[in-house]
Amino acid sequence: MDFFQVFIELAQSTVRLSTPLILAALAGLFTERAGVFDIGLEGKMLGAAFAAGCVAYISQSVMMGLFAAVLVSVLLSLVHGYASITQRGSQIVSGVAINFVVAGSTVILGEAWFRQGGRTPALTEDGRFGRITLPFADAVREVPILGPLYSGLLSGHSPLTYLAFLMVPASWWILYRTRFGLRLRAVGENPGAVDTAGISVIWLRYRAVICCGILCGIAGAYLSLSANAGFTKGMTAGKGYIALAALIFAKWRPKNILFACLLFGFLDAFAIRYQGYAFPLIGRVPVQFMQALPYILTVILLAGFIGKAIPPKAGGVPYVKER
Amino acid sequence: MSELAIELQGIDKSFGLVHANRNINLKVRKGTIHGIIGENGAGKSTLMSILYGFYQADHGDILVDGRKANIRDPNAAIAAGIGMVHQHFMLVENFTVLENIMLGAEESQILNAGITKARAELKRLEKEYALEVDPDAVIEELPVGIQQRVEILKALYRRADILILDEPTGVLTPAEADHLFRILEQLKAEGKTVLLITHKLREIMAITDEVSVMRRGEMVATRTTKETSVEELAELMVGRRVLLRVEKGEAKPADVKLSVKNLTVRDSRGVTMVDDVSFDIRAGEIVGIAGVAGNGQSELLEAISGIRRAKSGTVLLNGSPIDVTGHADPAELRKRGLAHVPEDRHHVGLVLKFEESENAILGYHDDPKYRKGMLLDIDAIRADAEEKIAAYDIRPPNPRLKTANFSGGNQQKIVLAREMERDPDVLVIGQPTRGVDVGAIEFIHRRIIEMRDQGKAVLLVSVELDEIRALSDRILVMFAGRVVGERTPDATEGELGLLMAGVEGRKEAAE
Amino acid sequence: MSVPHAKLPGWAEYGLIPLVNLAVAFLISGLVVLIVGESPLEAAYHMINGAFGRGEYIGFTLYYTTTFIFTGLAVAVAFHCGLFNIGGEGQAYIGGIGVALACLSFDHTLPWYLVFPIAILGAAFFGALWALIPGWLLARRGSHIVITTIMFNFIAASLMNYLLNKVFKPLGSMSLETRTFDAGGQLPKLDWLMSIFGLSVGTAPFNISFLLALLAAFGVWVLIWRTRLGYEMRTMGHSSAAARYAGIKEAKIIVITMMISGGLAGMMALNPIMGEQFRMQLDFVQGAGFVGIAVALMGRSHPAGIIPAALLFGMLYQGGAEISFEMPSISRDMIVIIQGLVILFAGALEHMFRPAITRLVLGLSPKTRDVAATKGA
Repeated sequence: MDFFQVFIELAQSTVRLSTPLILAALAGLFTERAGVFDIGLEGKMLGAAFAAGCVAYISQSVMMGLFAAVLVSVLLSLVHGYASITQRGSQIVSGVAINFVVAGSTVILGEAWFRQGGRTPALTEDGRFGRITLPFADAVREVPILGPLYSGLLSGHSPLTYLAFLMVPASWWILYRTRFGLRLRAVGENPGAVDTAGISVIWLRYRAVICCGILCGIAGAYLSLSANAGFTKGMTAGKGYIALAALIFAKWRPKNILFACLLFGFLDAFAIRYQGYAFPLIGRVPVQFMQALPYILTVILLAGFIGKAIPPKAGGVPYVKER
Repeated sequence: MSELAIELQGIDKSFGLVHANRNINLKVRKGTIHGIIGENGAGKSTLMSILYGFYQADHGDILVDGRKANIRDPNAAIAAGIGMVHQHFMLVENFTVLENIMLGAEESQILNAGITKARAELKRLEKEYALEVDPDAVIEELPVGIQQRVEILKALYRRADILILDEPTGVLTPAEADHLFRILEQLKAEGKTVLLITHKLREIMAITDEVSVMRRGEMVATRTTKETSVEELAELMVGRRVLLRVEKGEAKPADVKLSVKNLTVRDSRGVTMVDDVSFDIRAGEIVGIAGVAGNGQSELLEAISGIRRAKSGTVLLNGSPIDVTGHADPAELRKRGLAHVPEDRHHVGLVLKFEESENAILGYHDDPKYRKGMLLDIDAIRADAEEKIAAYDIRPPNPRLKTANFSGGNQQKIVLAREMERDPDVLVIGQPTRGVDVGAIEFIHRRIIEMRDQGKAVLLVSVELDEIRALSDRILVMFAGRVVGERTPDATEGELGLLMAGVEGRKEAAE
Repeated sequence: MSVPHAKLPGWAEYGLIPLVNLAVAFLISGLVVLIVGESPLEAAYHMINGAFGRGEYIGFTLYYTTTFIFTGLAVAVAFHCGLFNIGGEGQAYIGGIGVALACLSFDHTLPWYLVFPIAILGAAFFGALWALIPGWLLARRGSHIVITTIMFNFIAASLMNYLLNKVFKPLGSMSLETRTFDAGGQLPKLDWLMSIFGLSVGTAPFNISFLLALLAAFGVWVLIWRTRLGYEMRTMGHSSAAARYAGIKEAKIIVITMMISGGLAGMMALNPIMGEQFRMQLDFVQGAGFVGIAVALMGRSHPAGIIPAALLFGMLYQGGAEISFEMPSISRDMIVIIQGLVILFAGALEHMFRPAITRLVLGLSPKTRDVAATKGA
């Protein structure tokens, strides 16, 4: 197979695999920039994927499925918000708890409702997101270089994929160009400054947590309505944690998130394609190494060996008015 | 229109058992700079936080411009035209100046339109009040003086007519402070009202029109600055308290035990807190360091006891150096005979969640006498604690009680017992009687004198001037990180007060 | 940072509040059972019966308990030093290497009682090693321990997958596991212990590592409350300013604490590998590292609390298996829900019911109210 063809195929699966990562990492961006750490991205995504699978099957409507996904994810976010903002509990503990509750209940409820071993029934075309074929994609397919790039790489993805990539500049715009974004970033750095400026720290953080819920919901819906035809048990398979790693790797910045997620998505795509393939000079790269690489890279970055990832200063700390 | 910008009527506020503000009445005339002075803990900051809506008063009314104002939160204060520059700046450090100024006062949901307007408005304010700052500079890269300007601009941007400044010169160099005063004059000229909270008499005399004095939660007097004097204000601040009398004989100073030479210490922000300080302490004498809190005493103590790394200088303990600029180890210093009673017993000197007996060995837990094989000898530790409890009359006499359940005075006795019963050569004590009941104060003072009489070298830091005068054999006064004068305990309160306020120290230090 | 609360009597603080939190977690779990269309009471019956109904069941319950004591202690030790080691899962997994190496090397030649100590050391060594790196990264480079230990869980999973594939798997075998150990790599069951109570252990893999777990619990108690190291760890956990004042070497204590924590997590591997399967399989930890978080939170990080909390989760795991047998619509994943709810209510929301309970308790007894009023300030 010629090199260019391979490139296009790798690139396309990179885009597919990084879509949920981008959405989940952006979700994490919103809450963590507001000072609420969230290791519950995985659980929210899983819960959303399940809700989407169930509702899309029952209603035969993909939009209903998406709506249900967002709703469930937002509700889970609010639980996290209540524990960590209102009750000032540990944000880490709350995130861990949510991951477990969701991991268990999606299987139990799925089995009870559909009896397919924790799956939701396979969705028909109506219940799934189709692929969007961009205009003239078929017409230009034969044009050298640009043809495959356009029709093979840019065209033919799920609408949620396009949405995910659009969300990157959109999130940047919200965070850096709107009043809400300015305040959100401020509350993650110095909630005292926000409080003395006459803005409610609590309400602001709740709104950030809700944003996180919405994006996680879309990420989950992508998994069960786009990447697959329905929900399967534990289908997030650590993607929430990879997204968390990507968020840190991106030093909590929207543009970097895009690149970090593409990199991690590429590693995944590469590992799948070249499983057991012997490369010249380096020989066979264990697939397990490729799987672990995102985490290894994040640890190295976090240790400050390649630049320093400085988290939002007030992150992880509940706000208490000083006396 | 009223001629009063602010009037407070009968403001009262308690935190638990602490009565922070008692029936406060205050009138601030428009277009004046009104000073509020008082010692630490006099209730100034609480009062201003109430005025800015950070706390609610238990009783009393706030009148702004002659009308009763219900200031529930900072928003209401801002709406009433009140702005505040906090002692610890409320700035987002990785934001630009412009972003900080806009925060909370953005005009619309989308920033773009607002940014241009804010920039123009900022330019206008800068010009009007001579407050130059680069709107695109990031806060953390600016010196503190400029950061403070941003805080002032923040208030002006919100159209504040009344500006509260809480200890604004604490973090400033003298030159920066002078610049700030010119800015305040300018604000006054533009018709703004300024409330200046400080404990520095020099500032009050230099810049205010009127001054109100607070003491122990009460407003004790208001004077026209021109008609009062530093001496009168110092006396009002301190009050004519019953002088503490401690029975003590003549000091018999012997060899130098602790020698500090050219010690300079910076804090985490890089601000010089201790500036080229030198002194000696001999066996059998108490050297007191007087000064208003925040003038470098804490950092001095921490550097000598090995908790904070010094920038430069040397410290000799019993003639041999302490690695104060490198890795001084508090545990090793203890073994070499330096005992340290820290200023903050709640967070540093004690672990409040520990049993009493566990705190009685903090820092000395390495001592072989508390060990039985590889384990801690709990019986020995408790027996030891019981001895100290008896010797220091710590109540309740229960070594297994959680430390948080002891009163302030008894907690302090736990620390003192631990540090004094070790027969140290040098005893370093910070705020020995802060938050301690009267009975315990006397006991603690007697113990400190006893230590001296046993031939220990004692370094005493306290913001209580009475305590310094009653206990010390020599008094060093610290102001802005420097030792600005040395006096004997016979020096009058007024004389020391002037030194502490930085009024007379400068020329003396220059001589 | 805690909200100031009136002081509660000990029985309310350490008894009532955890019980209420636990009860709420179980109530919500019961709701899930209702949603699924089954009877929560029936489920509870099967749970209890399945966990304690027969000697064999009790054996299984205690087998799981053993595992959770180790991982619970691991989390608790780190908690005492103010560290959140969420990496017990990975440390236990890597700890398996030590057990497997010991067994594979000596199972033909040495009796179990000589292999066992080597395996203990191996498990603790590898578990400690896996915790050492995050600890060192925190102490020297300031890396957030929660994030690093999460990452290390995943790295461990990949590494073990690789090792089982390339190193441990016997030639020609398809499944990802080591060969089955000989007698020297098999721990004896505790049937004698069960028979004292007139019970038979049956097929349950209740083995001698249970006694090791109890010993470890005692060891942790000694460490935390009876040694200088434990004293220094607790000082740091409560106040780093006080630790610095006391001359405690923070970096050193962080690294040592993490190694002890990881070592305890690693020792968990003994139970399934030498005690049940007699081989190391892929993913033998099965989430026990995370259960440790729930156990430590429930047990308030005290060995005397961790053992009953581990028993509770042992009961959930064994009883849960029994429920899923009797009531097919409730699979073992029910346990994961309960586990999550326990973490939520005993951990993140531990203070939610406190104001109400305080009012109730202090309202009931006027005498305690007076005490609380004077202490309240």
